[in-house]
Amino acid sequence: MKQAAPAILVGLGTLCLLSGSYYGLFVAPPERYMGDVQRIMYIHVPTAWNALLALTWAFISALVYLVRGGRAWDARLEAGIEVGVILTALLCALGAIWARPTWGVWWDWDPRLTTSAVLLVGFVGILALRHFVDDPARRATWTAVGTVVMYIDVPIVYLSVKWWNTLHQMQSTPETVATTFHWPLRVNAFGVLILMVGLLIARARIAEARLREELTDPEDESAGASNLVPGRVL
Amino acid sequence: MIGTASLGPVGAPVVLPGGVAQVPELREAAVTATGLARRFGRRWALRHVDLRVEPGRLVMVVGRNGSGKSTLLRLIAGAIRPDRGRVLVGGHDACRDAEAVRRQTALLGHASNTYDAFTALENLTVTARLTGTPTDRDALTSVLDRVELAAYRDESVAGFSAGMRRRMAFARLLLQTDAVAPRDRSHKASVVLLDEPYAQLDWPGFRFVDDLVRSLAARGMTLLMATHLVDRGVSLCDDGIVLEQGKLRWAGPAAWLGTRSGRELLDRPEGRD
Amino acid sequence: MQLTAVVRKDVLLQWRSPGQRVAILAFGVTVLLLLSFAAGPNTGALRPLASGFLWLALLLSSTLALADSFQTEMEQHALEGLLLLPVSARAIYYGKALANWCQLLVLALLLVPCAVVLYDVTITRVLALSGVLVLGTAGLSAPGTLYAAMAEQAKAKQVLLPLLLFPLVVPVLLASVKATALLVTGDPMRQVGSWAALLASFDLVYWSLCGLLFNRVVEH
Repeated sequence: MKQAAPAILVGLGTLCLLSGSYYGLFVAPPERYMGDVQRIMYIHVPTAWNALLALTWAFISALVYLVRGGRAWDARLEAGIEVGVILTALLCALGAIWARPTWGVWWDWDPRLTTSAVLLVGFVGILALRHFVDDPARRATWTAVGTVVMYIDVPIVYLSVKWWNTLHQMQSTPETVATTFHWPLRVNAFGVLILMVGLLIARARIAEARLREELTDPEDESAGASNLVPGRVL
Repeated sequence: MIGTASLGPVGAPVVLPGGVAQVPELREAAVTATGLARRFGRRWALRHVDLRVEPGRLVMVVGRNGSGKSTLLRLIAGAIRPDRGRVLVGGHDACRDAEAVRRQTALLGHASNTYDAFTALENLTVTARLTGTPTDRDALTSVLDRVELAAYRDESVAGFSAGMRRRMAFARLLLQTDAVAPRDRSHKASVVLLDEPYAQLDWPGFRFVDDLVRSLAARGMTLLMATHLVDRGVSLCDDGIVLEQGKLRWAGPAAWLGTRSGRELLDRPEGRD
Repeated sequence: MQLTAVVRKDVLLQWRSPGQRVAILAFGVTVLLLLSFAAGPNTGALRPLASGFLWLALLLSSTLALADSFQTEMEQHALEGLLLLPVSARAIYYGKALANWCQLLVLALLLVPCAVVLYDVTITRVLALSGVLVLGTAGLSAPGTLYAAMAEQAKAKQVLLPLLLFPLVVPVLLASVKATALLVTGDPMRQVGSWAALLASFDLVYWSLCGLLFNRVVEH
């Protein structure tokens, strides 16, 4: 049962996502001002929440690793960053897809979207760092350090971009939709959440398996006795 | 204990410098390693080493290249952290009380640890300032004089030969062991770790190392010296240990390594007993 | 005091390679030129972009300066030597970060007149501008020193430092550019103070955080 957990979660999550999206795409009424284009919010908003959640999980794993160490937490960290990067990339893509028909431009420097782009590049950099370090212990420590440093920057980046943007004509960004449309949003949010947790577990398992293969234990200690020349043991 | 070595006459009173006799049980061992292991990538450089060295002993560390000699010395110095086990220097844990251990140990490693942009004197000044030893020009020149680099004190290290760089490393070591008059005795290193001290030196250099070892011994320092020059080590050291593929193969009086059985042990690789 | 000893060591190291300092300055000026080539020769169009170009040139030059500061430590394993002495890693970090900060500040002060010449801007509030330069370069130096230590010990060192540093210092870039622009073109709504406060907060957070984390980056 435990072995199949990721698969079950992914399945369940996809199911939720499909039903929520079906409702959002075909059944829910179109939004008053934006029309059908707004339907992308049913995917976009859940992705946003979960991207941040994945990266927060990475941050927590990083902190725990720095304090306690251990393969398991490094694996969780790696999973958190990768899943977070994928979701953030998706987020930026969805943001652009939404912006084009709405404002006529692909990118409108919305503070949240811009912060996501900065996060994306930042954490891709940390993944690159992982790739360029051979020693597993050092790789884990440096990833953890990089994650902590980058994550703490998130609110500062958001604030700076927000202030920066207020000097220009602020285009209203899509806030969460009117209350009548909450249902498909909630279903999708849970769908992506469950899907994400499944992916995190699966990815962490892969990372841990790789670490286990990389880090063998020293040989059986009992061999030590026979190596000592007899009569010289003090 | 299997696989362990305890070097030094436990139970016999030892006279410390200054003439104070102290019974060993009340004193901490200079170095205690328990279950020490360390990997680099996939390779285990050191596997489960248990070692106990009493203060004031001179220990030679012998083994093939790659047997873990440098790793052991670096673990004791606190330069690297163990993957398994722990190492105590004077009762301080090298992981938890890293700064105390680094104060008590002085390591002569393979690299010269110098800033090539600086002169010999400037390099020593950096070390002197950070170890609390006198930094005036004369004091440092006298240290350089001991390693016969006084003539090059104002020359940039970038132009130094390998032998001169090694002597710079010795000069750093002397500062850490307070070869010059110390201002504060509590700060001097008492455990000296030499990783192949004779490498890259010429015949006068060999004599210098011999004299240094003897003078450190006379001051009651504990010494661990990794070397391939077995005969020299045997003549200088009290005890010896043999490492093979990261494991402690043998421990005992250094003199035994000079005998025929000792030679056989060194020539015979593991697994062909 | 240990920190003073480390700062003296790092400043002397910089002093000993004047060729490198001049080269980094030349690089900065080249960037300023290239950016103006990209934007066109019309000085009217360039003037509002001046502060942005200045900080971009500074950011790009900083990667060279920061990388260089650790290269000298790695060549003969000098950093390893320091870490064998009873010196705290924190002192080593702060000494290096302070020395790098000075270097970046000097670089900034030298690039400003170049920007003045190339983009035809007039600087009236010199003191306030210096303040922004101080805060901005501090924001680059703290995380930059930490990342440079990592990058110099890893493979592919040249790409790693900018890749890690640039996303992180987005707030520094935004705030410094905005504050500089306001000081140059006029600040009717008195916003410079808020931007300076943002810079100061970033500096406070990262000078503390990176100091805490440095020993994990240099331990073996």
